Amino acid sequence: MRHKIIPLFFLFSPLLLSGCASTPLRGTGDMGLIIERAAGSVQIVETTHRTRLGQVPGLGDLSHASVNYSRDERYAYVFGRDGGLTKVDMLEMRIVKRVMQSGNSIGGAISQDGRLVAVANYTPGGVKIFDAETLDLVANIPAIDDAGKSSKVIGLVDAPGNRFVFSLFESGEIWVADMRVAAKPVVTKFKGIGKEPYDAMITGDGRYYLAGLFGEDGLAMLDLWNVQAGVKRVLNGYGKGEQKLPVYKMPHLEGWAATGNELLVPAVGRHEVLVIDQNKWTEAGRIPVHGQPVFVVARPDNRQVWVNFAFPDNDTVQVIDIASRAIVKTLKPGKAVLHMEFTPRGEQVWVSVRDDNRVEIYDAETFEKVSELPADKPSGIFFTPRAHRTGQ
Amino acid sequence: MLLFTISFPGPARADSMPNPARQAELLNLVRQDCGSCHGLTLAGGLGLPLTPEALKGKSPEALEETILRGRSGTPMPPWSPFLTEAEAAWIVDILLKGLP
Repeated sequence: MRHKIIPLFFLFSPLLLSGCASTPLRGTGDMGLIIERAAGSVQIVETTHRTRLGQVPGLGDLSHASVNYSRDERYAYVFGRDGGLTKVDMLEMRIVKRVMQSGNSIGGAISQDGRLVAVANYTPGGVKIFDAETLDLVANIPAIDDAGKSSKVIGLVDAPGNRFVFSLFESGEIWVADMRVAAKPVVTKFKGIGKEPYDAMITGDGRYYLAGLFGEDGLAMLDLWNVQAGVKRVLNGYGKGEQKLPVYKMPHLEGWAATGNELLVPAVGRHEVLVIDQNKWTEAGRIPVHGQPVFVVARPDNRQVWVNFAFPDNDTVQVIDIASRAIVKTLKPGKAVLHMEFTPRGEQVWVSVRDDNRVEIYDAETFEKVSELPADKPSGIFFTPRAHRTGQ
Repeated sequence: MLLFTISFPGPARADSMPNPARQAELLNLVRQDCGSCHGLTLAGGLGLPLTPEALKGKSPEALEETILRGRSGTPMPPWSPFLTEAEAAWIVDILLKGLP
């Protein structure tokens, strides 16, 4: 009988009731972060009712910031341009830990087992690897080539087998770091992969790593199921003989649309989205678009792809229908559209409009604007289900 | 001399400063769009740092030229489609002084 009295006592305790009211239980699967790049803060949002839950300040220079999530979707790891790595508690909406791990960084990745967080650095170039729990430094991989020169590291992703894959901008190399013994990374280097890899992605199955080249037209591809075969060139010289336009914003490959048989990627310095046949690794077509694409993001059902553009065409978003390769919608959300993030099953898409200080939310089927939220110079939008996707 | 100024109308200095509204636009452009590569605090990124310390001793004319024409062999694009020479000169000026 006693065990029934105790729960009753707790149920009627005023202390417990007030405690419940201020911190209701909730999951984090419908939550996300919006980077407020100039203010150095992040907004915590939820996509079910499309509301702002709170704001966390004090994250430093967040230009070009990106986010990875812990596997329980409780914690966000925010990578800032100023080398800051910040662990944010999504529920308590506060900074758990923050380390200044380099002078200048570009992005990060979380390992397959969720125990390691890696950061790609520009100054000094290399990858630093931290314990995801404590943010203690576990390993350091300086990006020094055979000639002793340091390179900026870009395109850092996680891969199956607890590996990290990344590219060296100046020396044109792809490195694969096997982290099975965390303190002793085993690094395999692929040299001469092409001139100035500027960003990279890994397909959702974790098999193909592709680095876009800025210094020449083409992509460098590594098949992680067959690393012995080395790095192959894909779409070599896709714009040969054509005048490349000046590039006012580097394209991103993080959101590359992989639709199963085809990859859609931004062309560098061209008003085109390139279609790659994923079986033959050849060009399957080009889709003329409004400007130079920055993000080319597939709706989660892979039926349509949303594209935003570099300055001075960054007021526009276009939607491409995959089957027909036709542009089915052109939207003008506002000044400086920087990023697009779909809700987990893709019924809505959130669009950040930097210079208009807001995030717009669209119905991904009808293209109607559903809602908007104020935000201070918003850039990246990152929803927690990324926790369970390789390369994100 | 007269012909020269007519055929090259522009290398403007303080006498043709952008108006305050345009200055605000330019400042936003420098912080946000230049900041995409050079960092929001201009401490550098894919592009070199553009802080007063980093630019110390560099000729304003050469910096103006870099902004307007870009630097071949690097990702730095020419901004002349979007900026007049006077505006580029104004930007160099605020970069050398440090952003407000």
